[in-house]
Amino acid sequence: MSDNTAKIGSEDILLFSTQRNERIRLPYFLKYYREIGVDHFFIVDNDSDDGALEYLMEQPDVSVWHTARSYKRSRFGVDWLNWLQMKYAHEHWCLVVDPDEFFIYPFCDTRPVRALTDWLDASSIKSFSAMLLDMYPKGRIDAQPYREGQNPLEITSWFDSGNYMIEKNGKFGNLWIQGGPRARTFFKEKPGKAPALNKIPLVKWDRRYAYVSSTHMLLPRGLNLVYDEWGGEKASGVLLHTKFLDTFTAKAAEELERGQHYAASVEYKAYADTLKDDPDLWCKWSEKYINWRQLEILGLMSKGNWA
Amino acid sequence: MSSMGVIMLVHTAFGRAEQLARHWSAAGCPVVIHVDKAVPKKTFNAFKLALADLDNLHFSKRHRCEWGTWGIVAATQDASELMLERFPEVRHVYLASGSCLPLRPVQELVDYLEERPNTDFIESATTSDVPWTVGGLDEERFTLRFPFSWKRHRKLFDRYVALQRRLRFKRKMPNGIVPHMGSQWWCLTRQTLSGILEDPERKRYDRFFKRVWIPDESYFQTLARQRAQVIESRSLTLSKFDFQGKPHIFYDDHLQLLKRSDCFVARKIWPYANRLYDVFLSAREGAANPTEPNPGKIDRIFAKAVDRRTRGRAGLYMHSRFPNHGWENGTTSGQYSVLQGFSDLFEDFESWFAKATGANVHGHLFAADRVEYAKDQSVINGALSDSAEIRDYNPRAFLTSLIWNTRGERQCFQFGPADNQELGWFIAQDPNAQISVISGAWAVPLFRSNRNFHELRKEAAKLQRIESEFLDVLRSPHAKARIRIWTMADFIENPMEHMQTIIDEIGFKSLRRLAEAPKMNDLTGFGQFLQNLKNEGMHPYLMGDFPVVGNLTGQPQPSPKPYLVR
Repeated sequence: MSDNTAKIGSEDILLFSTQRNERIRLPYFLKYYREIGVDHFFIVDNDSDDGALEYLMEQPDVSVWHTARSYKRSRFGVDWLNWLQMKYAHEHWCLVVDPDEFFIYPFCDTRPVRALTDWLDASSIKSFSAMLLDMYPKGRIDAQPYREGQNPLEITSWFDSGNYMIEKNGKFGNLWIQGGPRARTFFKEKPGKAPALNKIPLVKWDRRYAYVSSTHMLLPRGLNLVYDEWGGEKASGVLLHTKFLDTFTAKAAEELERGQHYAASVEYKAYADTLKDDPDLWCKWSEKYINWRQLEILGLMSKGNWA
Repeated sequence: MSSMGVIMLVHTAFGRAEQLARHWSAAGCPVVIHVDKAVPKKTFNAFKLALADLDNLHFSKRHRCEWGTWGIVAATQDASELMLERFPEVRHVYLASGSCLPLRPVQELVDYLEERPNTDFIESATTSDVPWTVGGLDEERFTLRFPFSWKRHRKLFDRYVALQRRLRFKRKMPNGIVPHMGSQWWCLTRQTLSGILEDPERKRYDRFFKRVWIPDESYFQTLARQRAQVIESRSLTLSKFDFQGKPHIFYDDHLQLLKRSDCFVARKIWPYANRLYDVFLSAREGAANPTEPNPGKIDRIFAKAVDRRTRGRAGLYMHSRFPNHGWENGTTSGQYSVLQGFSDLFEDFESWFAKATGANVHGHLFAADRVEYAKDQSVINGALSDSAEIRDYNPRAFLTSLIWNTRGERQCFQFGPADNQELGWFIAQDPNAQISVISGAWAVPLFRSNRNFHELRKEAAKLQRIESEFLDVLRSPHAKARIRIWTMADFIENPMEHMQTIIDEIGFKSLRRLAEAPKMNDLTGFGQFLQNLKNEGMHPYLMGDFPVVGNLTGQPQPSPKPYLVR
């Protein structure tokens, strides 16, 4: 729909995303990633009707593709992005995130993302882990309306700091992480169904690579070894997941109707059931977000040997 | 013209290299630049042209500088010769790179060297004395041959090393010189440097070092030992290496740290660290009292980074630290206590124990229906839920998270044969666990309950079997926890003495001594209860011997006053 890929330089850092009706979130999303140093955005618009597509087409550093086809049949957008990455991302550092995900890495308040990718290059590291950290407001999630351009963390500033469960996936070698407020509230009777939180969103792309399921795991398998197995800590970040804004309730209802999400939308069903009665994810032991150093101290990310 | 000349080895970030060259040159220091032959001619010419206006700057013959190979030494040799020949007033030659940054005014460095006219600053240590090297090659750097590139032909490199080891191949050092190693970045006097370059044996040495692994860290470091009058075995360039032997990089946020280090030169600087370049390359006042370099604080930060990368934080499991079994450096992050049987035997034991130890004392964390947190909370530190389903989904994650989330505060919890037993082995093997068991005490609640006897009998048999299995685990030679096991009969003979042992080990220093003993449940008739079970064919044995009638073993009748412990 809008192809600005000719402007891409050989060293550029690229961002890939799919979105549907996220018009209200896009201005802050683009601003955030421009500020940390993303050079070009690739966005697949899945049939938005809220003006998001038009807005994206006005942006000089965004290339936009539009599809009206099924999100589910494209394996939740992975196929679309894999194809774009194969075509455009070879030998570039790539971030793959959703419009409600904000990438936090060590020193992100003082160093641009290029400092990180240069360091990863120098260390011969090709992929970088960032666990999904669900953020939520204090009180009903529909209590504070989100304004366009606002930092969503002003509303969803709380998170669960220490209730995550990790297992190793023998087939792909990645870690499988569950927990957080969704496991604690929506899935407390069936925690096995809680959504996966492990993500590897930053990769020095090669056209032979592919994401297997969302950004949870990659092929070849070696890219999933973003964790140390001998006691040490590898450097890692966090994706602050700001899904639980006031826009969520409507979105959950809509998505449930469309049935386009993972595992027959079991997640959205659980949300719809729980949120109707008491849409509050906050608890006495919720932690308020301050900065990456706080997340590092809590053990949710690590500087590794980057100093 | 200054008495210090600077050699710059450059292969990338030419904009920064130009800035640096101008900085050295403007301070009056002659500069000789070597540009890696791998750099395209066009780039090289543009770089050369950009610096054409400087008359105290020359370019030396270009060599290909692949990491770990001879090219870097050859480049340094040629550049040194050019420097010594073209600039006769130069007394010290400083070897730097395009990503080095002077942190103090150049004149301070020049003055420092002029005060030490015969001193060579070169880190130079014998291989046997320092365990620096990464990858296991230290002495073998000299004694083996390395015809294959480590970066491009890693497999061949490794195989050839292995082959030579098997054949016990060993080269001899020429003229019996002693191999020394150290930082590539040195500052040598004209006397020493020319001595090395004009040595009649140089051809022989060069031939030898061409086959040494990473000769730029050993050629000058070894040969300077033959020549120098005074060697200060340290580099004037602050350069830190990580656990893979890769240099740490400095960014804008290191500004204060670098300022306070009082080092003359630091590397490597990230080329986009605009603030560092702006601050350190602008004309600045020198320090009022010129001081010695003091990289101590930077050393500590980088040493910590290496430690974090190699050992990590004990007891932490997260998405970039998930150790294989046996590699955890501690499976939990702190000490905790597991108490079995105590809350069965004593009334309101948990609050009493909390008072006595100052610890956070939970109920049965692994109870079947829900997690019994202290003070009946439904969520605790880290937003850990009390859902038994979540806990049982991954009990290990549950316990390690609980201990991690409450770092700095001792956790104690009740455990028993009615609880989820999945973590039995995990706890028993954890040196952080203090496990105290009063065996057979599970019979007390059964005895006091109002249930049908055949049910009780069944339950007792089950609990006894489970506890007995757990005791086997605790008695295994693989158990690493601090473990104490008493039969119930033994324990109640002298409960406060045993209790005091447990409490002392927890190490809580209370101002007051334990004033009050916990109240034991009334056990009148307990012996008969056990006998009834026996009569039904179920022999309870874990609690020890209790007489059927009358007084319990050695135990005075429940006294109106509780014990006082002294």
